[in-house]
Amino acid sequence: MRYVDEAVVEKRMKSRVRNNSILKFIFLLSTLFGLIVLAVLLVRVFSQGIAWLDWDFITGRLSTDPARAGIMGAILGTSWLMLVVIPVTLFIGVGTAIYLELYAKPGRFQNFIATNISNLAGVPSIVYGLLGLTIFVRALDFGNVVLAGGLTLSLLVLPIVIVAAQESIRAVPNFLSEASYGMGATKWQTVKKIILPAALPGILTGSILALSRAIGETAPLTVIGIPALLIPFPGGLFDTFTALPMQIYYWTLDASLVAEYAYLAAATIIVLLVLLFLLNSVAIFIRNKFQQRY
Amino acid sequence: MSQKITVKLNDQVVKKTGRQEKKRAVFETNQLNLWYSDTHALKDINLSIKEKEVTAVIGPSGCGKSTYIKTLNRMVELVPGVRTTGEIKYKNRNILDRNFRVEDLRTQVGMVFQKPNPFPKSIYENIAYGPKIHGIKNKKILDEIVEKSLRGAYIWDEVKDRLNENAYGLSGGQQQRLCIARCLAVEPDVILMDEPTSALDPKSTLRIEELVQELREDYSIVIVTHNMQQAARISDKTAFFLNGEVIEFDETDKIFTNPKDSRTEDYISGRFG
Repeated sequence: MRYVDEAVVEKRMKSRVRNNSILKFIFLLSTLFGLIVLAVLLVRVFSQGIAWLDWDFITGRLSTDPARAGIMGAILGTSWLMLVVIPVTLFIGVGTAIYLELYAKPGRFQNFIATNISNLAGVPSIVYGLLGLTIFVRALDFGNVVLAGGLTLSLLVLPIVIVAAQESIRAVPNFLSEASYGMGATKWQTVKKIILPAALPGILTGSILALSRAIGETAPLTVIGIPALLIPFPGGLFDTFTALPMQIYYWTLDASLVAEYAYLAAATIIVLLVLLFLLNSVAIFIRNKFQQRY
Repeated sequence: MSQKITVKLNDQVVKKTGRQEKKRAVFETNQLNLWYSDTHALKDINLSIKEKEVTAVIGPSGCGKSTYIKTLNRMVELVPGVRTTGEIKYKNRNILDRNFRVEDLRTQVGMVFQKPNPFPKSIYENIAYGPKIHGIKNKKILDEIVEKSLRGAYIWDEVKDRLNENAYGLSGGQQQRLCIARCLAVEPDVILMDEPTSALDPKSTLRIEELVQELREDYSIVIVTHNMQQAARISDKTAFFLNGEVIEFDETDKIFTNPKDSRTEDYISGRFG
C-alpha cells in the first residue's frame, strides 16, 4: 500500500505550478507599486524644483519674493536641531537600553517599561508636539527656540533609539560577556569593552535612521509655534528658528497666493532628500565598517 | 595478562595517593543544593577538590555536572531564578556568601568554555584583556604577560607572527588554546573547563589534553567531560554525577576499574548515557 498516489500527484501538479507563477507575479506587482510611486514622486519633485535650485537658493535668506528667497536659515535651523537631538537621544536612549537589557532584573517591572516604550514609538508625532509645547515652551518657558524644538524631537525618536539599541545589545552573543565575567570583569567593564563595541554598529544604524525621521518631522514643530517667515539665521540654542520641513510646509500652504512658492517647496524637498540620503549612506557605511565577526 | 594490568594500575594508585596526602583542598563543597526556579538541579553535593590535581566530572546530559562547575565560580548566577543552599569553601571562605565578591572569585578561578569564545579582537588584545581589566597598563608588562600566557598554552609559536590579527582567523582548536591562554593571563589558581574539547576535532582534542597534563603542575583543574576515555586519560580524580547527585567520587583509576556503585559501572561501560 502506497500513500502517495502518482495519478493524484500528476493531476494536481499543473495547478500547483500555475499557482506558484501567479503568486510570483502578485509579489512582483507589490514591489513595483512602491518603486513606481517613488519614481513618480522623484520625477515630479525634480522637474518642479531643479530649476530653482542653485547656490543662491541654498545660501540665501528667506524672502517673500520667490526670486530672492533662500533656505540657509532652514538648513541652519535643522542643523541646530540635530545638535540637540543627537547627543540627547544617544545618551538617554543607549543608557536606557543598557539599563533595561543588562542591569534591570527581569520581571514585571522590566516588561512594563519595555511594553510602554514600544507603545510610545507608535504615538502620533503631533501628540509629542503638544507635550513639547506644554513642557519645554510653556512650563520651562524656553519659548519656541531651538532647544525646545530639539528636545521635543528627541522625545519623539527616543523610543525608536531605545528599541534599536536594546535589539543590538541583545544580539551580542552571551558567550562573549560570559568570557569577560569569567575573568573577573565587572558588569560595567564588560559593557564598555565587550558589549558596546559589538553592539555599536546596530546602535548607530538605528539612531541615524531615527534621526532621519526627526529631520523630516513637521507636525510637532508646527505645534510648538515656528514662525512662517523668519529672516535672521539662528545662532544658538535659545534662538527662534525654522527647519527644512517647516519651510516646505509653509511654502506649499502659500502656493495658492504665489504660484512660484510651489517650486521653492520642491527645491527644498530636493535638499531635504539629499540630506536624508547622505545620512542613510553614513548608516550603511558604519554598519559595514564596524561590523565584527564572531 | 589481566593480573599485570591490575598490578600496574595499583602502582599508579599508590603513586597518586602518595602524592595526594600532601595536597590541600581548594574547594570543599558541603551539602550544596541548587535550584533553577522549581527544578532541583544539585542535591546534597559533598566534594573535596584538591589542589594541583585534575578532577574530572562525568555523567549523562542534564545530570548537573556543568551546573556544578559553574557554581564554583558563580557563573551559574547569570541564569535568572537560581537559588543555592549549603556552602562551597574556597581557601576556607564560603564563596556562596553574599559578601564574597564574584569578581575576586573569578579572578582566582578561571574558566574555559565549551565553545571557543575569543573576543572579536586581535590575538594580543584577547590575552591582554584580563590583565587590563585588573589595572595593568604598562605596555612592557602586558607584552610579557601575553607571551608567557601564549607559551603556557603552547600556542605561542603558531601565533607569534600575527598577534595583531583577529582571533577569529584561528582554527577552532587554536581558538580554544587561545582561550586557555587568556585564562592563564589572569594567573588564576583554579581552571574550570566545561567540556573544552566537545566542539573540537580529535587532533585538537589531543593537543588540549596534553596541555591539561602540563597545566596540572601549576594549577588545580576541574574538567567536565562527556568523553569517558578523556576522563580516564587525563584526570586524577573522577566524580560521577547522576540526576543532580554525586554517585561516586574517587581516584580515577578506581572509578574506571573497580567502581563501587553499579550505576557508575553501567555508565562508564556505556550501558546508558
